[in-house]
Amino acid sequence: MTDESIRQIAFYGKGGIGKSTTSQNTIAGMAELGQRVMIVGCDPKADSTRLMLHSKAQTTVLHLAAERGAVEDVELEEVLLTGYRDVRCVESGGPEPGVGCAGRGIITAINFLEENGAYEDLDFVSYDVLGDVVCGGFAMPIREGKAQEIYIVTSGEMMAMYAANNIARGVLKYAHSGGVRLGGLICNSRKVDRELELIETLAKRLNTQLLHFVPRDNIVQHAELRRMTVIEYAPDSQQAQEYRTLANKIIDNKNLCIPTPITMDELEDLLVEFGILGGEEEYQKAIQQGTKATAGV
Amino acid sequence: MAQNDVNKIKDHAELFHQDEYQELFAAKKEFEGGHAPEVIAEAAEWTKSWEYREKNFAREALTVNPAKACQPLGAILAAVGFEKTLPFVHGSQGCVAYFRSHFTRHFKEPFSAVSSSMTEDAAVFGGLKNMIEGLANSYSLYQPKMIAVCTTCMAEVIGDDLQAFIKTSKEEGSVPHEYPVPYAHTPSFVGSHITGYDNMMKGILNTLTAGKKAETTNGKINFIPGFETYIGNLREIKRFAELMGVDYTLLADNSEYLDSPNNGEYNMYPGGTPLEAAADSINGEATIAFQAYSTTKTRDYIEKEWGQKTYVARPVGIRGTDEFLMKLSALTGKPIPKELEDERGRAVDALTDSQAWLHGKRVAYYGDPDLVIGLTQFLLEVGCEPVHIVVTNSNDVFEAELRALLDSSPFGANATIWGGKDLWHMRSLLFTEPVDFFIGNSYGKYLWRDTHTPMVRIGYPIFDRHHLHRYSTYGYSGTINILNWVVNTILDELDRNTIIPAKTDISYDLIR
Repeated sequence: MTDESIRQIAFYGKGGIGKSTTSQNTIAGMAELGQRVMIVGCDPKADSTRLMLHSKAQTTVLHLAAERGAVEDVELEEVLLTGYRDVRCVESGGPEPGVGCAGRGIITAINFLEENGAYEDLDFVSYDVLGDVVCGGFAMPIREGKAQEIYIVTSGEMMAMYAANNIARGVLKYAHSGGVRLGGLICNSRKVDRELELIETLAKRLNTQLLHFVPRDNIVQHAELRRMTVIEYAPDSQQAQEYRTLANKIIDNKNLCIPTPITMDELEDLLVEFGILGGEEEYQKAIQQGTKATAGV
Repeated sequence: MAQNDVNKIKDHAELFHQDEYQELFAAKKEFEGGHAPEVIAEAAEWTKSWEYREKNFAREALTVNPAKACQPLGAILAAVGFEKTLPFVHGSQGCVAYFRSHFTRHFKEPFSAVSSSMTEDAAVFGGLKNMIEGLANSYSLYQPKMIAVCTTCMAEVIGDDLQAFIKTSKEEGSVPHEYPVPYAHTPSFVGSHITGYDNMMKGILNTLTAGKKAETTNGKINFIPGFETYIGNLREIKRFAELMGVDYTLLADNSEYLDSPNNGEYNMYPGGTPLEAAADSINGEATIAFQAYSTTKTRDYIEKEWGQKTYVARPVGIRGTDEFLMKLSALTGKPIPKELEDERGRAVDALTDSQAWLHGKRVAYYGDPDLVIGLTQFLLEVGCEPVHIVVTNSNDVFEAELRALLDSSPFGANATIWGGKDLWHMRSLLFTEPVDFFIGNSYGKYLWRDTHTPMVRIGYPIFDRHHLHRYSTYGYSGTINILNWVVNTILDELDRNTIIPAKTDISYDLIR
């Protein structure tokens, strides 16, 4: 049984956008403020807790279950590890690319955690979910009784925004049946033109807020290479301060909404509006040029 | 041909022994390049050896005849105990056809359960549409008072969310908003039929009792049978409660459903615990479950969410029945009536009558955890010595409990608990370390055939003998039933072994 006073949050976003990095840095910030947090990595790659544990990949629930023959034979202590500032870390794990069913793996792992009493003495549970909500398994963290607040990590790049919009659609679907809400967008800057305004506008269109704009800083790379969060690696840096601010914003966030996803056309119009894509005319021209170039080859 | 006289239709037990079929079989074997009878006999002989047993127990990736079934089977058995409840299995049709026929073959009764008929497109796009249409059709066609939803593996693998689906179906108008549609996720790659029973029972109670908690108790005792397939047991529990004047709610009573009178009219939903009574169970004094391992989550839920005390009692054998009656008496303050004391006396008398034939008999058995504990209680009381105990759907808590029970008697000293093993393991055990008899369900007939170990049929399913499910194994009368089955199997075997004239028939006695 899950304690109802626990706030359950989930990070979603396009693959490679920096969900794991952003979420771990933010959670390090939350832990610094005395919050008791558990990270549930829902990604077969099992890299959602790397910066917390300072190790490559931890023993995952499914890896152990496969070794033992059944998930019933796995003990909670074997998979629930303690990382930086007592943040509890667990990875669902899953099959290698191209085989099996990763979605089912997430369902199995989360059921395992619930049945074995992992959800106790906590302020926050954070799910770090791979990519899009592609199947029922990846929606598991937003089902009834699980994550109530979704944070979408995005950037000003078109496909990241496209994914963000798609995730908003998933949240909308579950908002009426399960009560999940969108907590806001987190912009992990890629230094795209007019990125801040663009994401602010997208947030508004999705009926939500831009919770925080995380600037790009190479120090994140440096920390990551050392398997640490910026907060641990360079506690006095500006970037660490950014993550602390984000942590505070999540702790204080009361603005939870039912999203209003937009269509692909509307999204493209938005980009045109911001001068990132030209109008239809320029688009046609670009296509013709492309055709010529191809013909030339 | 052999079957061309309509007035003399032959049963297949005779039909295929006629020359033309025998020739056909021989030709088929030749065509397929089958092994010579001597080679087959040699291999068969080898499977009886210790060498083969060791290979057999080294098996890792193969299960042969597991003594368990899958989760939805238990879930729908729980569902049909409630008033006019239709079990609805979200998933593919074939699974549900199997559950229905499995129960029908055991109870020899019709069993109604529907499926949402998921096919390939539903596997790709999710089964929401099937749920919406399925619930609407079930509701209007079969007019149940409740639809209890569980799942097959297919729906589970793709991660269909029942809670969300049912809510959406109600919004789409499949069934009215206030209509009860409890649900349970029942993936069969986890646990067994007893897990499914537990999940569904918890789901149903959770749905029915929502918002029904009152200030005062209703003074009733709730009984949860668990995955119970002896109709006589349900009737025995009710009889006990009535004899003692105990007010009770049976969660749930499928005894009418699975043993309905043939009075010329078909009733799709005979009997069942009224939904109102089930909803009021949240206000009961206490809950007694008759099985522990098919009610683990349900009891946990009752304790935590209802704040109600729960107990497990297994009224099998004299002590088991005593303990149940004393617990019931202690909970309600009602005395145990003389009638039951007399019944107890008769059962004790019966046990002593047969005890000489049972004392020291070596026995093997298999089945669900709670069935096995009940049988152990009985066997130790009559001085039988459990040797091999196979429980496919075992768990650590159960094994510790069973071990403690075995350790409580000198007769339990030689028993080995084989958790997670199957009936092919049992076959090796019976060949290498023979016993005097074994107890199990119908699948044991292959062990009986191969090992010639006398067999007592107790468990589920029993497909090949009639009416056993109508009897009880609970209470003092149930103790006499088990005693009857066991001791007379031993005596039958003794007759068979003393049947050769002028050789063994010196012991072919009239009086045993």
